[in-house]
Amino acid sequence: MSEPLQPLLDLRQVTRSFGGAGAVTALAGIELSVASGDHVAITGPSGAGKSTMLNILGLLDRPSTGEYLFDGEPTSRLSERRRSTLRATQIGFVFQAFHLLPGRTVLENVSMAYLYGTVPRYERGRRARDALDRVGLSHRIGFQPGTLSGGERQRVAIARAVCTEPRLLLADEPTGNLDRANSEEILALFDELNADGLTLVTITHDQRVADRARRRVRIEQGRLTEPTA
Amino acid sequence: MSDRKWRPRPAIALPSRRRGAHYTVRDLLTESLNGVSAKPSRLVISVVGTLVGIGALVMTIGLGQTAAGQVATRFDSVAATHLEVQPATASGADGKDHPTASIPADALDRVTRLAGVEAAAALAKVSFEARITAVPVNDPSSTAAVPPPIVAVSGDLLAAVGGAVSGRMFDRGHEERVDRVAVLGAGAAQALGIENAASSPSIFIDEHAFTVVGILESSEIEPGLVDSVIVPLATAQRDLRAGPADTLALRIAVGAASTVSHQAPIALAPNAPDGFTAAAPPTGAELHGDVQGDLDLVFFMIGLITLVAGGLGIANVTMLSISERRSEIGLRRALGATRRQIAAQFMTESLVVGTLGGLIGAAVGVLTVVIVSLAQGWTPVLDLGLVLGSTVSGGLVGLAAGCFPAVRAARVEPADALRDS
Ligand SMILES: Nc1ncnc2c1ncn2[C@@H]1O[C@H](COP(=O)(O)OP(=O)(O)OP(=O)(O)O)[C@@H](O)[C@H]1O
Ligand SMILES: [Mg+2]
Repeated sequence: MSEPLQPLLDLRQVTRSFGGAGAVTALAGIELSVASGDHVAITGPSGAGKSTMLNILGLLDRPSTGEYLFDGEPTSRLSERRRSTLRATQIGFVFQAFHLLPGRTVLENVSMAYLYGTVPRYERGRRARDALDRVGLSHRIGFQPGTLSGGERQRVAIARAVCTEPRLLLADEPTGNLDRANSEEILALFDELNADGLTLVTITHDQRVADRARRRVRIEQGRLTEPTA
Repeated sequence: MSDRKWRPRPAIALPSRRRGAHYTVRDLLTESLNGVSAKPSRLVISVVGTLVGIGALVMTIGLGQTAAGQVATRFDSVAATHLEVQPATASGADGKDHPTASIPADALDRVTRLAGVEAAAALAKVSFEARITAVPVNDPSSTAAVPPPIVAVSGDLLAAVGGAVSGRMFDRGHEERVDRVAVLGAGAAQALGIENAASSPSIFIDEHAFTVVGILESSEIEPGLVDSVIVPLATAQRDLRAGPADTLALRIAVGAASTVSHQAPIALAPNAPDGFTAAAPPTGAELHGDVQGDLDLVFFMIGLITLVAGGLGIANVTMLSISERRSEIGLRRALGATRRQIAAQFMTESLVVGTLGGLIGAAVGVLTVVIVSLAQGWTPVLDLGLVLGSTVSGGLVGLAAGCFPAVRAARVEPADALRDS
């Protein structure tokens, strides 16, 4: 069903092991291309290497061997600074634990995304409001994260992730802490973002979440098994 | 949800190296201030050490300056009305200083004739190591452990150096008759066990009996006299191997200081006035100054130690806050912060805390100086440089304290930090 798009993400025989002399092999030769505009769900048992793979895709971690190409560019040759710039401008993250800063308003939490990027200061407020409007939280702008429901918190986190208009959104168990209704809201949001061209990679345990993706990938013991959809 | 369309980035090229805004100093400051104020209790704990250290330093230095200010005021009035004339010295072949002239025997007559001189006295230190006792027995145990110094005096000592005597001062008649009379400084009298001069007690300087006619309770200009035994110059020259006078103490009219200091050497040696120097007497404050100096040093050290402890406190609290804020660090890295930006933020937070401590500490120190000064009736001397300097020092302490935690924060691996929540 996937049309031949130019791959935005390309993992070539990527391995990742932890702890010196081959103690833990989290990824054992991953071969994966994700086309621009695709929505991929990654499933697999706990400890299979899902988060490890997502961290590599998000340039938070480097492969032990193999190469990862982002938009056709081999990332092993990129400087730390360049990788940081890519994270700030091209990649958004959503986590199971939200990672909102307590003591700062919803608007401030979203605006943080602009700190390390290239959006000029005078545009930040307006764009952050737009993003919050987009996730349906205009009325919560001045609230503290602690006063929001789980679903609302995750929507703030999504607003933070996409307000910089990245090309890639990486989500690690985005609905892991949410009930069914809230999960459904998040998934609807993801569908909408994907329809607008945002490339999505979502890790999930939840089969309903996986079913909403265009493509499903399964990892077991650091290896990919791609069931046909 | 809004029906506005999401606008993804065009799928061309990666962003150029520098485009548009970047993490500015303003961003850094805002984030650091937010970080610092996020937890008031943490802020208070980390500020206190620096605050106390800087406060103690400002208080010590401020009180020192204030006290010095009072001494200087006193010194000015002394300098205006008193002069000391002494033979100039030159270093001899043995490396010691030797006088290049000696004060003539009729020096007092010569200088009192000068306009502006109101009183004059000639003084000679007796270097002869005499044994001084209050009883005529040859019992070594009854002598004072360190005998008081003997000062031989001619002229109107009380008028020349100021002071109060109970009993009386010996006079010109005593000097002319070369009587064995003495005036004891209060300190010397106490050392010799003599309480007052009313009963005309005797003291023995070696085997010579001297009648004590008075006790010098205080002296403004020559506080050293209070610990001395004062005898007539002529008597000392006859009995105690005293030489000629080595100092002329003058009391002069206000405003006459420069004329008298010019004319006195000429009056003493018309052909070689360079042989004498005239200067305002050193103040007795120097004697107390030593004690004050020791006290200052103690407070200064306490301040420094507290400051170091304050720095360690900041470092400690910052370290703690880093482990508490690991996920925040991970999040910032995910949002594109470089290691350097993370380090800069924690350095700045530490700098802010230190500066805050310095600022409040300076205020507390200044307040203490003002309160103490008011209580003592002093004019507080407050140096703006001290206030600014101590605030800056607080900041420096903060910076120093922030180095290690900042490096630790920069080393946090974002992937690990985001895992634990
Ligand atoms: N920093 C690390 N040091 C050592 N081992 C690690 C590290 N990170 C991950 N691992 C190991 O790598 C393996 C894969 O971990 P990963 O977090 O990717 O699993 P996961 O698929 O995301 O699991 P879950 O569904 O429970 O989140 C695990 O065995 C884990 O213990
Ligand atoms: Mg995981």
